Amino acid sequence: MNFLTGVFYFFSAILLFSGFRVITTRNPVHAALFLVLAFFSASGIWLTLEAEFLAISLVLVYVGAVMVLFLFVVMMLDINLDRLREGFWSYLPLAAFVAIMMVIEMSLVVGSRTFGLSIVPAPLPHPAGYSNTRELGRLLYTDYVYPFELAAVVLLVAIVAAIALTMRRRKNTRYQDPALQVRVKRSQRVRLVSMPAEKTSTPES
Amino acid sequence: MTYLQTMFGVYWPLVFSLAGIVAIVLPLMIGVAYLTYAERKIIGYMQVRIGPNRVGFKGLLQPIADAVKLLMKEIVIPSGANKFLFVLAPVLTIAPALAAWAVIPFSPRLVLANVDAGLLYIMAITSMGVYGVVIAGWASNSKYAFLGSLRSAAQIVSYEIAMGFALVGVLMAAHSLNLIDIVNGQNGGILHWYWLPLFPMFMVYLIAGVAETNRAPFDVAEGESEIVAGFHVEYSGMAFAVFFLAEYANMILISALTAIMFLGGWNPLFDMVPFNWIPGFVWLMLKIGFVLFLFLWFRATFPRYRYDQIMRLGWKVFIPVTLVWLLVVGAVMQTPLAFLVH
Repeated sequence: MNFLTGVFYFFSAILLFSGFRVITTRNPVHAALFLVLAFFSASGIWLTLEAEFLAISLVLVYVGAVMVLFLFVVMMLDINLDRLREGFWSYLPLAAFVAIMMVIEMSLVVGSRTFGLSIVPAPLPHPAGYSNTRELGRLLYTDYVYPFELAAVVLLVAIVAAIALTMRRRKNTRYQDPALQVRVKRSQRVRLVSMPAEKTSTPES
Repeated sequence: MTYLQTMFGVYWPLVFSLAGIVAIVLPLMIGVAYLTYAERKIIGYMQVRIGPNRVGFKGLLQPIADAVKLLMKEIVIPSGANKFLFVLAPVLTIAPALAAWAVIPFSPRLVLANVDAGLLYIMAITSMGVYGVVIAGWASNSKYAFLGSLRSAAQIVSYEIAMGFALVGVLMAAHSLNLIDIVNGQNGGILHWYWLPLFPMFMVYLIAGVAETNRAPFDVAEGESEIVAGFHVEYSGMAFAVFFLAEYANMILISALTAIMFLGGWNPLFDMVPFNWIPGFVWLMLKIGFVLFLFLWFRATFPRYRYDQIMRLGWKVFIPVTLVWLLVVGAVMQTPLAFLVH
């Protein structure tokens, strides 16, 4: 077992452990943090495959952006775990059926027949100066440009739809116009009033 | 060198990397300590005060005294706090601030890890700094800390987008994600550096960098007058000191990145004889020092932004500005004027 294999097993062990803890831990914030750890170890495994662009993008997108917002929401929720677990036993048979079906389907697809070493060989070590990022960019914008643009449009539609679904205009909402706020003059805010000084009453002594 | 190599045998790469890490982190920590001193002195003089002048000559030992004081203090863990996450949060804040230095080049050859996707690595690592803030606020089990962490997290996530787009402009101009290649793309005097063709992005990066590190005038995360000290209100002693260290280490990191991306890294101010004699490392340090001075200057000059205006600046001003300039850079690169953006 060489060093790289050791690294692989190290990250895999952490990945499996954190993935397991995501669904078993009782605290939702802990679950979100274990998911972050899972993403991080997955990115480590991708690094051993010399896919450094994908590995770093995984950390950048999922750890740096998606999970932060996730954590943000989960932190503010007051989740009652007992109520969530109420129907556990009645749902179990259906859930178990779905889970078993998924395991069977995945083992059919991701088996050694389709992803074995003879079909997908280990990546050859690249010469110095080989840029994974450059290669990926070239492939995405030449050979796969239509699927790539299609995916981009689908994402754009999702963004627009998300905004359209959540945007509500109420009649009495009050908006601020920062341009007006910046342009404001003193005369619009402060009124100088000339008040005649009151006569001081001399204390009687 | 060869003697050392034979002495450590197969462990030489490990020993070499560890020595490199120590050689970066140790000066960085001293830099952080004296940045706090410089901040107090500079802001002091700007406000016609003297600043610390009691401990040591002209107060030069003040940071050491502060560090010793913080080390001696008790770390109070609030009742009801999540102990593990409470202790983990400062570590998660400082680790990215230090880890990002692995790919920062100090000269054309002096870099700990010459990573091809260095810029991407920097963006990924610095985007993880927000976890420390979020977890600190949540684990403290305190309303002030929680509000501070929410404000801070929202602010950091918003400004990261503008910063990322500004860096996309840099990588378009340099045709590379490697930080050494980026500096080599700016070889020459001040007119060859990227701040000129990418001026809007330079401004966005500089201002977003201030917001990203939660420094004044964007320091609503700690807003003393409203939420006491924000996310680290429950921290004391060394745990607080680690947050403090991380903030200043992040400032130095952002300054170094600004110097490398937009201010020509180790290139001299003018490519002429008296400037050429000064080694590149000194130029890089001078540029980092200049940007750090700007940070302190901002703090002494501007009043704190209102929170909704911070969000407006990030989303409605900076992101459109960078997007428009990305289009401009991309369009210019297709014309015979491409030499303007290199």
